[in-house]
Amino acid sequence: MLVEEKKIKTSAPKIKIEDTDYEVRSQNAMCVNESTLDKPLVSNVKYSLLGICFGILLVKSEVVSWFRIQEMFRLQSFHMYGVIGSAVIVGMISVALIKRYNSKTIEGERIHLDAKKFSKGQIFGGLIFGLGWAITGACPGPIYAIIGTGATVFVATLLSAIAGTWVYGRFANKLPH
Amino acid sequence: MLEWLQQPWPWYVAGPLIGLMVPLLLIVGNKTFGISSSMRHICAITIPGKIPYFRYDWKKEAWNLFFVAGILIGGIVAAQWLSNPYPVIVSPRLSEDLAAYGVSDYHGVVPPELFSWSGLFTLRGLIMIVGGGFLVGFGTRYAGGCTSGHSIMGLSNLQWPSLVATCCFMIGGFIMTWLILPFILRL
Repeated sequence: MLVEEKKIKTSAPKIKIEDTDYEVRSQNAMCVNESTLDKPLVSNVKYSLLGICFGILLVKSEVVSWFRIQEMFRLQSFHMYGVIGSAVIVGMISVALIKRYNSKTIEGERIHLDAKKFSKGQIFGGLIFGLGWAITGACPGPIYAIIGTGATVFVATLLSAIAGTWVYGRFANKLPH
Repeated sequence: MLEWLQQPWPWYVAGPLIGLMVPLLLIVGNKTFGISSSMRHICAITIPGKIPYFRYDWKKEAWNLFFVAGILIGGIVAAQWLSNPYPVIVSPRLSEDLAAYGVSDYHGVVPPELFSWSGLFTLRGLIMIVGGGFLVGFGTRYAGGCTSGHSIMGLSNLQWPSLVATCCFMIGGFIMTWLILPFILRL
């Protein structure tokens, strides 16, 4: 199992032998967010504020529109390519600057970014997600925003996506990676 | 001002602002931008069972749930106060394509002919609303990220596996749109 391999590789001395939480969490996840600062749950409200901004952006840029996603996959409009492309360019420049200047967070922690390991899941899973994206016109972020705009039937889509996530977790060790 | 905000925002305004989420999350609290993980945390909270993949301290990732709750609220705010009263302007070629399947209402973010509670229990509705959602959830987790985690965050950090994933997202989307969706829409 992947977990055991990583446990051996971890060089830092562990206080508890069973403390593999970080390893489990980092399995097949883009974001593992370890903070040395122990903060109350309420301190997360600031992320809700960022989420609100992001949700408004998704709606106002029409990224949440099923029609816009259809245009993208039918190569009938530049709009979506422009949104994603310019977002990536701004993201790249920002990350490069953060690395160049060893930036810290507002609380003074060093910003660190994990490298992403290749797995066959990025191919198989990527293709499967692509199929679903073109049907629903929604990737996970927009699903939440679409529900907010009042298309409440996407609650069913969200529940089904959560079920899909669960089924992946259940059979993850049997799938090629 | 409000009138300007109510119009759809052009890609060269919205795209760079979306890109800024990457450094903002890093600077605010060392968080890497990603959304599909929120669904894993929901599984970990509600029905982890004995599955090792869901047995972890989800409270350490709670920020992600606060973030997606914000996205939902953002959707409400945009629809209530910043909404564009006019139908979305799409390529005439798309309207032509979709008219053949009886899709002609462009007022909402999704076509009501395809996505509605009353249509949920038709074969087409079930495939599109439930089946599509399942593929999104299963696929993003298998791929280890979605459009935000791989295509925006991963590419921003110059991760080649994220480029592989992004290309596969697009290939999957093209296969569905060009080869499979026409049959589903005809149901």
